[in-house]
Amino acid sequence: MTVSASTRTIAKTAAAAKSDLHKRLRLGESFIEAFLFFCGAVSILTTLGIVFVLGKESLLFFTSGEVTLWEFISGTEWQPAIGRFGIWALLNSTLMVTAIAMLVALPLGLAVAIYLSEYASLRARSILKPVLEVLAGVPTVVYGYFALTFMTPFLRSIFGDEIVQIYNTAAAGIVIGILVLPLVSSMSEDALHAVPYALREAAYGLGATKLETAIKVVLPAATYGVAAAFIVAISRAIGETMIVAIAAGAGPSFTFNPFESAETMTGHIVRISGGDLSYDSIDYNSIFAIGLMLFVMTLTLNIISRHVVKHFREEYE
Amino acid sequence: MNYTNGKYVFDIQNLNCYYGSFRAVKDTDLSIESKKITAFIGPSGCGKSTVLRTFNRMNDLIPSARVTGEVLFHGQNLYDPDVDPVEVRRRIGMVFQKPNPFPKSIYENVAWGARINGFKGNMDELVEQSLRQAALWDEVKDKLDQSGLGLSGGQQQRLCIARTIAPRPEVILMDEPCSALDPIATLKIEDLMRQLVKNYTIIIVTHNMQQAARVSDYTAYFLMDRDDRAGLLIEYGVTNEIFTKPKDQRTEDYITGRFG
Ligand SMILES: Nc1ncnc2c1ncn2[C@@H]1O[C@H](COP(=O)(O)OP(=O)(O)O)[C@@H](O)[C@H]1O
Ligand SMILES: [Mg+2]
Repeated sequence: MTVSASTRTIAKTAAAAKSDLHKRLRLGESFIEAFLFFCGAVSILTTLGIVFVLGKESLLFFTSGEVTLWEFISGTEWQPAIGRFGIWALLNSTLMVTAIAMLVALPLGLAVAIYLSEYASLRARSILKPVLEVLAGVPTVVYGYFALTFMTPFLRSIFGDEIVQIYNTAAAGIVIGILVLPLVSSMSEDALHAVPYALREAAYGLGATKLETAIKVVLPAATYGVAAAFIVAISRAIGETMIVAIAAGAGPSFTFNPFESAETMTGHIVRISGGDLSYDSIDYNSIFAIGLMLFVMTLTLNIISRHVVKHFREEYE
Repeated sequence: MNYTNGKYVFDIQNLNCYYGSFRAVKDTDLSIESKKITAFIGPSGCGKSTVLRTFNRMNDLIPSARVTGEVLFHGQNLYDPDVDPVEVRRRIGMVFQKPNPFPKSIYENVAWGARINGFKGNMDELVEQSLRQAALWDEVKDKLDQSGLGLSGGQQQRLCIARTIAPRPEVILMDEPCSALDPIATLKIEDLMRQLVKNYTIIIVTHNMQQAARVSDYTAYFLMDRDDRAGLLIEYGVTNEIFTKPKDQRTEDYITGRFG
């Protein structure tokens, strides 16, 4: 081959390579991109739609002239028949149920998480984790009847029939606690698991026992992650509907006694919307005001938990 | 070897270390002199860390790890069935490869180990003393309540040293304590070690031969056996002699950089 011939070949391949750099139309790729965008858009639009409906109907409620915003957020009596729309009658029982649920789920969930992450053998883990997942997968209606037909009789056998009413917030709260327990334990376990092994080594190297290491080093290092788990669980408990609808009571009542029946916000919404409501009645609008309130509460909690989780991530990255 | 006059702290006899069925260290005998710095050198994977971690039973944390032979600490075998590893680690402290301060305040980092060891005296004093011994006091005395994670890498490692000496151990084990640090921070730690050795027995693993030559009194050279990939002790002696007139050809190859 002569010199000039080989130079020409190089020039030719270079030209071919240049044309190869042109943008290509990748149809499959563009299609998938569009599809993913569509999915994202749908979820955002749905959320916007919910906010819009909640907002619109709530606005009708507050502009109806029957109730002021102040009466709504400060009143403790909820009696639509006589025009009383005090949210505290429902909010109080929601908060009580949630508090009881957390009293059950937080200590137990944390204990399970610490056990799973620091103590459990591979074998124990491989048994306990699926059990927890099953617990999380039980339909809430089953939990509801579990509260009504097991937890309430159980409480009655301890405290007496005259003290514990058939419908009560205690039984519902305890069972919601069991419902969110897998959530608390699995999120907390993730947080504990994310704590670098080097910190455990440091603690052991100083002569710490297993318990000292778990409680005084690993748990504090995972504080933010565990806190996020708690917040998500609270938000889940506030929104839980079926269990309270079945077991907590079917009538608003402003009481601090967990053994008395009291309807929660979610429970009230299901009961009212289950009946035959006319669409432009004040009752109908009122459930959207309650819904908006629930939405704001859980949204706030979720925003807080996002910040908490972010903080936790920053600490180790 | 004479243990009664306190000259030797550790005496390893016929040590074999296993991970599962893999023998990582074989047939090692080694004595560690009190209030001296002993360096373990050798190529990576030859079992230096494994041997080091038998001195405070850190290997116990790895489920597959197993040890045969004896690790005598003042004549008592640390692997006797009735020896509590937690108690062992209270007397034999450890500094790790990567600085690993707790995500707690500088003060808490130092106080933590002493506190769980039941220290009842003046904690402020102990913290100050430990930080001074770790040559860190002047840099942190105004920010004791700030997080230990906010310090530079070299400072973090000195904080870890302060944390290790706060419970007043007898021995300090260091596993490549400078490998994550820049040269200036490394020199600081080396100076610090020369100070600490007046009161503590120090055993350091290092892949850095210059470091071993600079700081240690004794050097142990480990190498992996070609046939079964088990680490073994090739040569052990006064650092100066190991580096100037090694007896074993393999040691000479390693320290002159002809290893490979
Ligand atoms: N946790 C472990 N599980 C299994 N094998 C290990 C473990 N730690 C170390 N080894 C093996 O033991 C040998 C010695 O390791 P190590 O003591 O860390 O060497 P060095 O510190 O000299 O680099 C290596 O072959 C390594 O792969
Ligand atoms: Mg090593």
